[in-house]
Amino acid sequence: MKKKIAMYWGAGCGGCDVSLLGVHEKLLDLLGEVDIVFWPCAMDFKYEDLEKMEDGSIDIAFYNGAIRTSENEEIAKLLRKKAKMLVAYGSCATEGCVIGLANLYAREEIFDAIYLNNETTPDGKIPSHELPEFLPVLKTLDSVVKVDAFIPGCPPPKPVLEAALNALLNGKTDFLSNLALCDECPRRDSKPDKLEINEIKRWHSSNDDGRCFLAQGIICMGLATRAGCKAECITASIPCTGCMGGVDGLSGVSAMSAIASLINGEDEEKERKIIESIEDVVGTFFKYSAAKLLPYGRVKDES
Amino acid sequence: MARIGVFVCHCGLNIAGVVDVKKVAEELIKEKDVVYATTYTYMCSDPGQNLIREKIKEHRLDGVVIAACSPSMHEETFRNATRDLINPYRVEIANIREQDSWVHEGKDATEKAIKITKSLVEKVRGNYELEPIKIDVEKRALVIGGGIAGIQASLDIADAGYEVILVEKEPSIGGRMAQLSETFPTLDCSQCILTPKMVLAARHPNIKLLTYSEVTGVDGYVGNFKVRIKKKPRYIDVDKCTACGDCEDACIVVVPNEFDFGRKPRKAIYIPFPQAVPAAYVIDEQSCLGIAPLRCGECASVCEANAIDYDMQPEYIEEKVGAIVVATGYDLYDKNKLVEYGYGEDADIITSLEFERMLSASGPTQGKVIKPSNGKEAKKIVFVQCAGSRDKQHKPYCSSICCMYTAKHALLFKHHVKDGEAYVFYIDIRATGKNYEEFIARVMEEERINYIRGKPAKIYRQGDKIVVEGVDTLLGKSVKIEADLVVLAMAIVPKKDVKEIAKLLKVATDEHGFFKEAHPKLRPVEAVTRGIFFAGCGQAPKDIPASVAQASAAASKVIAMFSHDKLEKEPIVARFGDACTGCRTCFYICPFNAIQLDSNGKAYNIPALCEGCGVCVAACPVGNIKLPNYDDEQIKKMVEVVLE
Amino acid sequence: MSFEPKIVAFLCNWCAYAGADLAGVSRLKYPANIIPIRVLCSGRIDPEFILHAFRNGADGVFIGGCHPGDCHYIKGNYHARRRILLTKKLLKEMGINEKRLRLEWVSATEGRKFANVVSQFVEEIRQLGPLEAKK
Repeated sequence: MKKKIAMYWGAGCGGCDVSLLGVHEKLLDLLGEVDIVFWPCAMDFKYEDLEKMEDGSIDIAFYNGAIRTSENEEIAKLLRKKAKMLVAYGSCATEGCVIGLANLYAREEIFDAIYLNNETTPDGKIPSHELPEFLPVLKTLDSVVKVDAFIPGCPPPKPVLEAALNALLNGKTDFLSNLALCDECPRRDSKPDKLEINEIKRWHSSNDDGRCFLAQGIICMGLATRAGCKAECITASIPCTGCMGGVDGLSGVSAMSAIASLINGEDEEKERKIIESIEDVVGTFFKYSAAKLLPYGRVKDES
Repeated sequence: MARIGVFVCHCGLNIAGVVDVKKVAEELIKEKDVVYATTYTYMCSDPGQNLIREKIKEHRLDGVVIAACSPSMHEETFRNATRDLINPYRVEIANIREQDSWVHEGKDATEKAIKITKSLVEKVRGNYELEPIKIDVEKRALVIGGGIAGIQASLDIADAGYEVILVEKEPSIGGRMAQLSETFPTLDCSQCILTPKMVLAARHPNIKLLTYSEVTGVDGYVGNFKVRIKKKPRYIDVDKCTACGDCEDACIVVVPNEFDFGRKPRKAIYIPFPQAVPAAYVIDEQSCLGIAPLRCGECASVCEANAIDYDMQPEYIEEKVGAIVVATGYDLYDKNKLVEYGYGEDADIITSLEFERMLSASGPTQGKVIKPSNGKEAKKIVFVQCAGSRDKQHKPYCSSICCMYTAKHALLFKHHVKDGEAYVFYIDIRATGKNYEEFIARVMEEERINYIRGKPAKIYRQGDKIVVEGVDTLLGKSVKIEADLVVLAMAIVPKKDVKEIAKLLKVATDEHGFFKEAHPKLRPVEAVTRGIFFAGCGQAPKDIPASVAQASAAASKVIAMFSHDKLEKEPIVARFGDACTGCRTCFYICPFNAIQLDSNGKAYNIPALCEGCGVCVAACPVGNIKLPNYDDEQIKKMVEVVLE
Repeated sequence: MSFEPKIVAFLCNWCAYAGADLAGVSRLKYPANIIPIRVLCSGRIDPEFILHAFRNGADGVFIGGCHPGDCHYIKGNYHARRRILLTKKLLKEMGINEKRLRLEWVSATEGRKFANVVSQFVEEIRQLGPLEAKK
C-alpha cells in the first residue's frame, strides 16, 4: 500500500515546498512510494477535499510555515485530525523562523509599518473584509496542535530531508543528529588552543581568514545548532545563523551563555563595551526561534 | 519513586517562634514523594538525630530534607548522623532560620519556609547518591629550582621519607643565595650556612638531583603527574670528575663568568663556584672549541679521571610524581631600562647583586670594594633603593628585601672601607622582619650611614665621579653627591622563563609574572591547580627566612598529601556525556584546567581536577555537561516550586 | 490588595549565601518576597534559569556572587557578570525591564549589604509592578 501524504504551506516563504524538489532524483523514488492526497501548492486541492477525508486517513501530513493567521491555525487543526502523523516541516513550523521576529512587535505596529506608514503604499488602508484573522502573535505548529516529528532547517537541507523522509516513511522519527554543527564543521580543526573574544565583528565587514568564526570574533551559532546540514553555509564562508535549531533547548540561550563566557572579561569596562557591541541580541541569537522565545509576543513592561 | 522524609526543626523558639512549623510539615506531606513529615524541638540534639534515624528506618526513606538552620551549621552533622542509613548526598538542609525566621515575620515567614523546604524536596528528588572521588597518589615529588627554597622543600619532603626529584637548570644548585656575601640581619656568611644544605640535598638518599636539567613537559594531574626532563649534556661525567681543576688550567678559552656577572673570567670548562654541588666541572658548549666538529681536546688530554666525554648527548628522562613544588626564583629587573639612572651603562653604576659579589671574599675583588672603571678603592658610595620598584614606570610593587640588604650593604661597606662614606636614597624603610628594625637602627645610628629620603632624579658621570642628584624630602633641600660608586637596589622580577614553566604546569601568573597562589591569604603556597605548590621568589619577592618558611610550608602540604594512599575529594564534579561536538567552549573557560580534549577533539574532564563550579555546565551549548545534584533540571524545578 | 513581587534569588554558596546567613545571624529584617536557591557558584547560572524564572511568574531575579577577584572558583563570578550583561540586553529587547534582573556582589561578611540590596530590589520591583510575561 502506498502511503498517503499531504503537504501544506502555512505562513512562510514557499522555500520549503521548493526544498522538497531539492532531493532531486530521490523525489522519483519518493513519488513511487506515496500518493499525494493534498498539496495545494502543487496541485489543485480544495479545503473541502481535505474536510471530506476520513479522520486519520492521511499517513503523514507535512506542515510548512508558521501559524500567523486564523486560516493557518484552522488547517493545522484539520490536518492534525486527518493525519496519523503530523510533521513540522522546516524552521517556520518548528521554531517560527525569521518571520517569528515579528513577535517583537504588536500586531498594530506591524500593520502600521506595512499598510499605513509605508512609502510604497501612500494611501494605505488596513485590509479588513473577508480575510482570515491576522493573529496577535506568530505561533509555531506545536503550540497549536500536537506534532509528531520536526524537520528543522530554513529550508530543510538536503541531507536532513533525505534522512527524514527515509525514516518517516518507515515509521521512524529519530532522524535528527544529537550533535551540534561544530562536529561536522570544516573549520573545526582551526579552533585555537585559547580563545578569548576581544571584539565582536560583523561578518559582512570583516575579512574572513578561514579560521573558526568565533576565533575571529564573528558570532557563529554552530556551537549550539543541530548538525546535519553538512555545514553548507560555513563551506560557503558564511557563519551559521542557527536555522536547524538547538540541540539542548533554544540554541539562542545556549549560544548566549557559551559566547558570553568566551568574551574577555578581565576588564569590566572592556567587557561591557564588547557586549554592548552585540547589536540586536534577539536577531543574532534567536533569528529562527524568536517565536519560541516570545510565544506571547513582546512583553509589555515599559515602566 | 523516591521516599522522602521532611523534618522541620523548631530550634526552640528560633524558628517555631516565628514560623508555623506544624503547617510547614502539613504542607510538605502533600508533596509528591514525601512519605513522612514531622517537627521536633531540636533536630540537632541527640534525640532529634535519633528521631531522623528511626524514621529513615521505619519509612525506608531514601531522601531526607531537614528544615532547620543554615547548611553551614549542621549539614555535616546530619549527614554524618545518618551516613550508615542513607547516602549523605541524599540529605539536604532547608535553611528556614538564617534566611527566614530570623529575618521575616508572621505569615510571610511560614509561607517562605514552605517554599524553601519544597525546593529542597525537589533537589533531593534529583540528587544522586555520591561517593568521594578517590585519586591514586604517586608518592614522589618534583621540585623545580635548586635555590634555597627548592633545597629546603626537597630536604623536608625527603626527610619525611618520600622520594624527591630536584631539577636545577644551572650546573650547580645554590641559586641566588650562593651569590650573596653575608645575610641580614645576623651577618652570617651566606655560603657558610647554605653549603651544608646543598651537600645534604646532594647526598640525601631520597633526593635525586638533576642539575643542568630542565623540565620540558608536564602531563597528568594531582597525584599522577608525568614529567619530562631534559638533561643537558655537561660533557663531564659527574661521578668521575674529582674537581681537581687540571682541565681548567689546560683550557685555552677565556670568557666572562656568569656567577660574578662577568666581572671575573672563566674558562670554557669551568665550575660555577668553588662550593658548587655537584662538585664537578661543566663544558660550556657555546665557547668550547672541542665539541664537534673541530676538536681541541686539551682538557681531555689532562683529565686523569677520564671524566670528559665530548660525545655526550642530551638525555630525556620521564618521571612520575604526585606533587610538584615550583621554586624558580628571581632575576633582577633590567637596569638598562632605568633611563633616569643612565641606563646603568656606566661601569661604576652596579646592581645590588654585583655588589654582593664584590663584597664576597670569593668574589672578583676578594671582598675589596672598588670602582670597576679603574680598580681603585671606592670611598664614597651612593645606594639607591627602589631602583625600578614602587615605580609605575617600571614595577609598581615593593621588592620587599631591598631596604634590608641595602642597609647590610652600607654596613659591610663601612666595615671594608673604614673611612668610607655611604649615602642611601630611600622612599621609606620597610623593616618588618624579626630584628630587622633593630638592624636598620644600628646601621643608621652606629654606622653613621647617611639616609636621604627621596629618589635620585638623575645619575650621571662627571670625570672620575658619578654624580647623584636628588632632593632630600625631609629637609626640602636638593642634594648632589659625587660618588665613586653607585649601587642600584634593583627590583626583583620573576625568572625569564617563568611564562613557559607556567604554561607547562598550567598554572596562572599574576600581572607581574609571579606565580599566582590559590588564595592570597588562606592558600598562599598552593597553585589553583591541585598538587602544585610554590616556594620562594617565583611567587613573590621575599627574603631568605620567608623563602625557607614557604618552602617548608609547601613541603608540609606535599607530605600531608603523601600521607594518604588515596586522595579523597568532593564528588560533585562535572560529568561529560557522549554528545560533545568539540566546540571547545568548556576547554577554553575551565578555571582549573580540568578539561582536556581527546584525539577526536571531544572534551572530557579529569574529576581529580574538577572543583564543581559548573561554569562549563552553564556554558556547554549542547547540554553535554551535567553537574550532579546541581543539575539544570533540578534547579529549574526548584525555580518552579518557589514561584508557585 | 497590594502587589507582592515574587523574586527568585540565586546565591553562590561561598559569598552571597553566607552573606544572607550573616544577615540572619545579625537579625537584619528584609522583605520575604525573595526566595533563595543555593548554587555552588554564580558561574553555574545559565541564562536559561533566568528566563525560566520569568516564564514561571517571577517578577524579578536576583543573583548574588562573590566580589570580583574573590570567587571561590577563581573566575566564576566573571562568567556570571558577562552572561547577565548579555541577558539584560536580551530582556530589554524582549520588552522586559532589565532592572528586573539584578546582579550583586555580596561577600560572606556583608550581611548588611545583603539585607539592604534585597530590600531595595524588592521595593524597586514593587514599583515596577507585576511582570506579565505570559500576556
